[in-house]
Amino acid sequence: MKMQNAIELQGLKKRLGNFVLGPIDLIVPKGCIVGYIGENGAGKSTTIKLLLNLMLPDQGEIKLLGKDIQEFTPQMKKDIAYVFDDLYLPEDMTLKNVQNFHRKLYGQAWQDKTFSELITRFNLPDNKTIKHFSRGMRMQLGLALALSHGAKLLLLDEATSGLDPVIRDDVLDLLLEYIQNEDHTVLVSSHILSDLEKVADYIAFIHKGQLLFMEAKDELVEQYGITSLSKEQLAEIDDKAIIGKRPHQFGVEVMLKRSLVPDDLELEKVSIEDIMVYMIKGERK
Amino acid sequence: MRRCLVNIKIKNSSNDPIYLQIKNQIRDAILNGELEADELLPSIRLLAKELRVSVITTKRAYDELEKDGFIHSVHGKGSFVAPQNLDLIKERFLKKIEANMTEILRYAKLADVSHDELIEMIKTLEDENAECN
Repeated sequence: MKMQNAIELQGLKKRLGNFVLGPIDLIVPKGCIVGYIGENGAGKSTTIKLLLNLMLPDQGEIKLLGKDIQEFTPQMKKDIAYVFDDLYLPEDMTLKNVQNFHRKLYGQAWQDKTFSELITRFNLPDNKTIKHFSRGMRMQLGLALALSHGAKLLLLDEATSGLDPVIRDDVLDLLLEYIQNEDHTVLVSSHILSDLEKVADYIAFIHKGQLLFMEAKDELVEQYGITSLSKEQLAEIDDKAIIGKRPHQFGVEVMLKRSLVPDDLELEKVSIEDIMVYMIKGERK
Repeated sequence: MRRCLVNIKIKNSSNDPIYLQIKNQIRDAILNGELEADELLPSIRLLAKELRVSVITTKRAYDELEKDGFIHSVHGKGSFVAPQNLDLIKERFLKKIEANMTEILRYAKLADVSHDELIEMIKTLEDENAECN
C-alpha cells in the first residue's frame, strides 16, 4: 500500500517538569506544508524533538513516512531533515569542512551538487569559519545541509525567527521548490508565521501542550472575520460567535465566527496571527 | 498542445478567497478564448509555487473548474482546458441575465424606478467597474 501520511502521532505524551505535552493526535498528509504554531513554551520544540527521537515520549506512537521511528534504520533517518534556530556544528569549521563532514555522514544519500548550488545561491563565504557567520548565514547553511541529502520530510523549528525579510523570502522560495515533489512534506514550527502563512496548506495550533486544531488554512481563515463594534452592537451578537475581543475606550474589536453572525455584518479577513492572538486572549477572559 | 500563458493576479485586498480569484481568472481566460481547448494548464504545485499560495488553494480552484466543466484532468498527465460549447455557455448566461432582470424589474416597479433611471444605473455601475479594473 502507498504511504499517504508523512507524520502520524497517536496519543503522544511527554512530561517535562510542570509542563505536559499532549496527549497529541496529529496526522499530516504527505505533499503539503504545515505551519505548527503556538506561543513560546506551548510545546512546539518538544514535539519536534520527539519527532527526531532526540527525546523519548512517555506514551504514544510516532510514525514518520509510514514507519514507527523506533524501528528506523540509519538509512531511513536520512529521509528526515531538520533546521533549528542555530547550527549545531563545531565553530571552527569552514564550508569545506562542513561539506566533507556531511559527505561522510550521509554517504550515498549526500548530494554534493545540490549543496554547492545552494551555497552559491546564498553567497556563503568559503574562507570563513562558522564562528564568523551571521545569524542569517548560519540558517542558510543549515537549510542547505537539510536539502542536500534527499530527505522526504523537512522539519523547521523556529528556523526563520529573527531573520530579515529578504532571507525569509528566500526560504519561502526554497520550500515551494522542495514541495514541487509531491512525496515531500514540510513542517514549520514558529510563534510567528508571517510570510510562511501564505504557502502553508495546514495550520496546527498548539496551546499549553494541547493541540487545539489542525485544519486546512483556507478553511480556517474563511471561518472567521474581524470587525470593530460599539459595545451596544456587541451585545446583539451571539455569544458563541465571539472567538475573542479587544475592548478599548471607544469600542471593541472582535473576531467572530462568520457562520453565527448576520450576513450583512461586514467582516475583514483574518490572518493566522489574528486567530492565534484572539483565541489565546479569548481564553484568558 | 501549447503551454498555458495566462496572467493571474492575486489581490490580497479582495474579499474573494484566493482559490476563487484563481478559478475566475482561468474561467474568464477560457471563455474569452485566451486559453484554447486541450491546452495544458500548469500543475497545481507549479501554480502554487509561482503564485506563492498553498497547494490546497490551487487544487480547490482546479477542482471547481473541473466540476463546472471548464477543464479536465488526466491522471499523471495534468489538467487540460475542456472543449467549450460557447453557444451553450452563452445561453446559460442569457438565462442568468433574464432571471436577474426579472428580479430587477420587480424591484424597479416596487420602488417606482423608471426605465431611463435603470439604464442610467447600469452605466454608472459599468463606469465604476471599469475604474476598479
